[in-house]
Amino acid sequence: MSARVPERGSWLEASARARVAGLLDANSFTEFLGPEQREMSPHLSLFDLPRAFDDGVVVGRGKLGGRPVFVAAQDGRFMGGTFGEISGSKIVGLLRAARDGAAGDDAPRTVLLLLDTGGVRLQEANAGELAVSEIIRAIAEARRAGITVIALVGGKAGAFGGGGIITACCSRIVVSRHGRISVSGPEVIETNQGIEEFDSKDRALVWRITGGRTRWLTGGADRYVADEIRAFREAAMALGAEDAAPFDLFRLQAEQSRLEQRLQVDGDSRDATQIWTRRGLDEPERVGDMTEHDFVVLADREAPNHDAR
Amino acid sequence: METLSFSLRAERVLRGTGRQAIVGVVASGNLEVLAERIEDGTGCRVEVSTAAEGFGDVWKAVVGDFVERVSPGGVCFSINDGGARPDTVMLRLMQAARVLESAS
Amino acid sequence: MTLDELAEALFTGGHALEQDDLGVVAGNATSGNGVELRVVGIVGGRPLGVDAAIRLSRIVLEHVAGGNGAPLLMLVDTQSQKMARRDELLGLNEYLAHLSKSLALASLEGVRTIGLLYGGAAAGAFIATALSTERLVAVPGAEPSVMDLPSIARVTKLPLERLKEMAGTTPIFAPGLDHLAATGAVAECWDADRSGYAARLDALLSEGGEVADRRDELGAERKGRLRAAEIARRVRGEASGRARS
Repeated sequence: MSARVPERGSWLEASARARVAGLLDANSFTEFLGPEQREMSPHLSLFDLPRAFDDGVVVGRGKLGGRPVFVAAQDGRFMGGTFGEISGSKIVGLLRAARDGAAGDDAPRTVLLLLDTGGVRLQEANAGELAVSEIIRAIAEARRAGITVIALVGGKAGAFGGGGIITACCSRIVVSRHGRISVSGPEVIETNQGIEEFDSKDRALVWRITGGRTRWLTGGADRYVADEIRAFREAAMALGAEDAAPFDLFRLQAEQSRLEQRLQVDGDSRDATQIWTRRGLDEPERVGDMTEHDFVVLADREAPNHDAR
Repeated sequence: METLSFSLRAERVLRGTGRQAIVGVVASGNLEVLAERIEDGTGCRVEVSTAAEGFGDVWKAVVGDFVERVSPGGVCFSINDGGARPDTVMLRLMQAARVLESAS
Repeated sequence: MTLDELAEALFTGGHALEQDDLGVVAGNATSGNGVELRVVGIVGGRPLGVDAAIRLSRIVLEHVAGGNGAPLLMLVDTQSQKMARRDELLGLNEYLAHLSKSLALASLEGVRTIGLLYGGAAAGAFIATALSTERLVAVPGAEPSVMDLPSIARVTKLPLERLKEMAGTTPIFAPGLDHLAATGAVAECWDADRSGYAARLDALLSEGGEVADRRDELGAERKGRLRAAEIARRVRGEASGRARS
């Protein structure tokens, strides 16, 4: 349906549909509730805002390395990739289908969530907030049923607000340097707490606090990849081929220890350079400026490897 | 928001066998176009929903120009517009027609 | 309503709760019918940062590990997530997600979870606490929200007065208990007469083990969120149907 995108193309620059097309095996994607069904937001007109035929989310199934997968992709360029009533419920429905294994013998055991979102859509905030909560619960139930849910974050909108929380509920997380993951956005913190708390115009600072490199180095992401659709595809294939780690008490106790330890070791930090210095990295102030190649080499050596999430 | 609807007669039916195509994105200065085959001979429809009100004449001119250049008979183009300039509209319409022609 | 008033009304079988410096509450209580409960909460209108979140999840997980299966009651009077550079640097998203997952795990392990909202709860803090329980009860004083109207006005670039006017015609975006209840977020709203609380809590506790997330259907029944359940159902249907063909 859409033009073939070179896999070497940038993940950051691609549309949600181009990411899905390049991520999955060629021509394997089937969309659910596609744009021709015109399920658009019932609320944006109230605000005199244009709607989108897919409400900014593409959901469906396809194949990844020959294995069946479910996939959901947000487009960060439409309304900031926000969770609204329709866009959020499409993801909820997909996760529930995965949980139920309702697709029979050929049922996907992997769900790929291509997050690109500023969080809840404020024009339909209550529906969006509930969709986030429903997605979280559906992820937990799907994982309990043995499904692996993989978050892929590297779009322009990052994964903020509820999107940041959803990211950390997944079994595995893949980021690129553009994959900013956070709850409150820098602008919101600055507005509420003042510029001395967080100067949202200081781009380098914003990247050090929320960016993919910091998330990877502190254990908030499992794979760091270059900003290429092909790189995301390879990481998703490798993670999807692993056995699903059971979602049980043991795993969450391990996450509890991991997160407690982070507070003990780095709890007094206010900037990523303090954390990187403590890790003994050479020239910690340069981590943000390193080339992708140098960073990937460093990341392979330094990043904590765990599945406690 | 304003909705506009155009029905035109094209020279011929658009080539290719693609049933449906979607291009573009709804964002400031941009638009999405959903192209679908319809059973109407060489008839062509363009349905617009736009955030920029009062530009009916401009749309009429762009749509007329597009139908003349591409001759997309038997296709309905549905547009969600975030206030795109006429050249962007033309670009997206042509892109949608091209994808429909080349899709298998 | 104060925490003490609420606890007195709910736990007529007795209670022992302790509160720490971050507003984290933990303790045990007994319902009117003698059901033993584990109590956890964030109170005093305190924001939910990494330090409070990790204590809450520890309490939840220790209870699940303890294995007595007693229902877990979560008391909520917070605000939004803590808005601080340090908390975001340390991965607040992971701490809130971990708390939410811990509550979901309790449900999956057969521990009933009931939320009791008697103050504020906003944005990410609302998601990680009250909205992560199986059944959410709200009492007078509950002020759930996603974002306050002045902030929504700033983002949507609409005058505050106009937003207030619009909030009267749809429950979909404005803060407040009525709106969130209409969309299905809140299972039960109790009135100001506290004498009925103990009996209503026991009624909730005697419900069957149904833990399925039906909030979207509730939102449709209450006409506050008309499309969500249908959309989720249709995607689920297409996802199962096409695979069989």
